[in-house]
Amino acid sequence: MSNHVVTLTNVTKTYQVGAEKVRAVRGITLSIPAQRFTMIVGPSGSGKTTLLNLIGCIDAPSSGEVEISGRNVGHLSDSEVSDFRAAKVGFIFQSFSLIPVLSAYENVEYPLLLTGVGARERRRTALAMLEAVGLTAQRHQRPNELSGGQKQRVAIARALVKRPAIVLADEPTANLDSQTGASIIALMRRMQTESSTTFIFASHDDHLISHADEIFTVRDGELIESANA
Amino acid sequence: MMLFKIASRSIFRNTRRSLTTMLTIAIGTAATLIFGAYTTFVFYGIETSTVERLGHLTVYRQGYFDFGSGNPAIWGIAHYETVLQQISSDPVLSSLTVIATPVQSLAGIVESSASDESRTFLGTGFVPADRDLMKHWDEHGTALLRANGTDFDAADSSQGIVGVGLARILGLCAPLKLGNCPKLPTGAPSDKAASADVAALPSQNFSDLVARDTADDPATANKYARIDLLAATAGGAPNVVNLAVRHAEPQGVRELDDAYVGMQLPLAQQLVYGRGEHRVTGIVLQLHRTEDMQQARRRLAEIFASRHLDLEVRDFAELNPFYTQVVNLFGGIFSFIAVIIGVVVLFTVSNAMGMSVVERTDEIGTTRALGVRRSGIRRQFLLEGAMLGFLGATVGVILALAAAYFVNRAGISYVPPAQAEPVPLRLYMFGAPLFIVKVWLTLIVVATLAALLPANRAAKLQIVDALRHV
Ligand SMILES: Nc1ncnc2c1ncn2[C@@H]1O[C@H](COP(=O)(O)OP(=O)(O)OP(=O)(O)O)[C@@H](O)[C@H]1O
Ligand SMILES: [Mg+2]
Repeated sequence: MSNHVVTLTNVTKTYQVGAEKVRAVRGITLSIPAQRFTMIVGPSGSGKTTLLNLIGCIDAPSSGEVEISGRNVGHLSDSEVSDFRAAKVGFIFQSFSLIPVLSAYENVEYPLLLTGVGARERRRTALAMLEAVGLTAQRHQRPNELSGGQKQRVAIARALVKRPAIVLADEPTANLDSQTGASIIALMRRMQTESSTTFIFASHDDHLISHADEIFTVRDGELIESANA
Repeated sequence: MMLFKIASRSIFRNTRRSLTTMLTIAIGTAATLIFGAYTTFVFYGIETSTVERLGHLTVYRQGYFDFGSGNPAIWGIAHYETVLQQISSDPVLSSLTVIATPVQSLAGIVESSASDESRTFLGTGFVPADRDLMKHWDEHGTALLRANGTDFDAADSSQGIVGVGLARILGLCAPLKLGNCPKLPTGAPSDKAASADVAALPSQNFSDLVARDTADDPATANKYARIDLLAATAGGAPNVVNLAVRHAEPQGVRELDDAYVGMQLPLAQQLVYGRGEHRVTGIVLQLHRTEDMQQARRRLAEIFASRHLDLEVRDFAELNPFYTQVVNLFGGIFSFIAVIIGVVVLFTVSNAMGMSVVERTDEIGTTRALGVRRSGIRRQFLLEGAMLGFLGATVGVILALAAAYFVNRAGISYVPPAQAEPVPLRLYMFGAPLFIVKVWLTLIVVATLAALLPANRAAKLQIVDALRHV
C-alpha cells in the first residue's frame, strides 16, 4: 500500500438540496498510485469533481475513509486539514482561480508563504517555476492581463511550486480552446514527469485518455472501471 | 506581508466603493474632531470667563454658601486679614495662586439722583488692582481678555461700576456715553402714577442722606454720574453710600446685568458694616492652573482645620452652576454626535465589506483550498476593515487640522454662552493631541469591528460552495 498516495475506502458523499438528497458519490473504494498521471473520467454529473474535492480535503465524506499520503484526514480539525492542504495538495481549477490582485509571480509565491519558506528560497523557487511554465516575461502581470492559457500555466506553477504530494486538476482545459488545452495537457504531463508528482486529473473529454497512466471511470457516483493505460 | 498586500490592493480594486467608505470615515472623524475642538473652546471660554470673575476657589464662613446670601452682613469673616496673611504665606498655596483677594457681597436699593429711578441691586466690593489682575487669567489662551480695567482713581474709594442693564434702567446711558442704548418709550408707565404715599417715602429719606454725603467731596461731584446705594448694616440699621460710576460693564446674564453694582471694598464694607468691624464675605483665590484646584482646596482645608477656623471652600463650578450645565450639555451633545457618527461608520464599513466578501467568494474558496485557515480569512477581512478605518481616519484628522487652521485664522467671532461680548472663534485642535489620537483610534476600531461580521461570514464559507459560486 505504500506506493498508493490516495486510498478511498467505501466513500460516500450525499448533498442535501432542499428536501432532496443528492448522492454524488456512492460507496467508492479506490487506490491511486504515487507519481503517476491518473485520470478520472465520466459524464457530466457523475461525481468527478466531488471525488476530487474529497481527495483534496476541501470537502468531507458523508461516510467512509479518506487516506492521503498515509494520513487519515477524516479525523483532523479544520485548521489541521488546512495546514495539510497547504503542505500536500496542489489545485488546478477549471476557471483558473488566480488571486486577482496579485501578479503572476506573487500568485506562484503565495503557497510558499503559507508553508513558511524563507524569502530567498521562495523567490528562487517561484522564479524557477515561472520559467518552467514559460512565463518569466509575464511575471509582473496581473491575471486580468494574461490570456486563458497563460493563466492556467500560472495555476500549474502555483500548484507545483510547493512540491505537493498530489496535484488535483478538475477539467483544467474546459475553459480553453482545444489547441491551448492540448498545450496545457502537454505541459502538465511534462511537469509531472520532471517533478515525479502524483497528478490526478478529472475530465469528461475522452481525447485526453491517451495521456493517462491510470484511468478511473465513474458514472452516477459509482466507480465502474479502473484500468492501466 | 502577503496579508497586507492583498488587503491594500483589494481596497483599491473597487476604488469607488472604497473611496466612498473612506470618505464617510474621514468626514466622521473630522466632524467628531471639529465638534470636539469647538466643545473644548466653549469649555475653556466659560471656564476662563468664570475664573476671571470668580477666581477658582472662594473661602466663606461655614454655612454662608447655603444659607447666608440673603443677609451677607452677618456672615462676614472676622479678622480676614489674618486669614489672608495665612494663605499668602503658605508655601504650597503661594506657589499655586495668582492672587488671594477679599470680596464683600451685598444687596440693597440703588437710586439715581439724576433720573429719580430706583431698583434693587446686587453688589460686590473688591480690591480694584486685584480684580484687574484676575482679569488677565488666560491659561488656555482663549483670548477672552478684555482690556478695560477698573481705571479707578486710587485716591477715591467711592468710584465704582454698574451693569449695562442697570445703567440703562437708571437713565445713565447719556452720562456714561453708552452706545446702543434704547430710549424710554413715550407714554411708558411711571412712578408718578403710582400711589403717592409709597412713592414719596423713600425718596424723601434718600435725598436727605445723599445731600449730606456728596457734600464731602465736591471735586468729583460733577465729573461722574452718581448713584446712591442703600442697605441695612449688620446691626439692621439703614445705611447709605454714594457711588461715582466710572463706567458700565456688560454682565452676560441679564438678571445680573440689570442689577450689578461693583465697588471698592472699603465702600462696600462701609455700607454693610457701618462703624462696626469691617469684615468680608469671602476670600477669592485665583490659581495659575485649574488642574491645581483640588490640591489648593485640600491645602486650605488643612490650614483651616489646624487653626480651628470656621471656614469652608467652594469652587467656581459650585458658584456658577451655569458652568456645570454648559459642560454637561455640550458633553452630552458631543457624545450623541460621536455615537451617531460611530453607527454611520459601522454600517458603511460593514456594508462595503459585505459586498467585498460576496464579490470575492471564489477568491476565498481558492485561498482556503491553498491551505489558508478560517482564521486567516477572518484576519484578511478584518485587516481590510482596519485599513479602511486607518486611511479614512487619517484623512479625517488631516481635514480637521486643516479646518481648524483656517477657522482659527479666519477671524470669525461670536458670542459664546453666558458671555457678554463676542470672542474670536478658535478650534482647540492643535493643543489636544491625545484627543485626536483617541478619536483616530476609535474610528479605526469601529471600522475593524464593522468588518467582523462580514469577515466571519467569509471565514465560515464552505470551500466547495465558494468554489462553485463563480
Ligand atoms: N455542493 C453541492 N451541493 C449539491 N449538489 C451537488 C454539490 N456538488 C455536486 N452536487 C451534485 O452532485 C452530483 C455530482 O456532481 P459533480 O460536480 O461531482 O459532477 P461532475 O462529474 O464533476 O460533473 P461535471 O462533469 O459537469 O463537472 C451532481 O448531481 C451535482 O448536481
Ligand atoms: Mg466537475
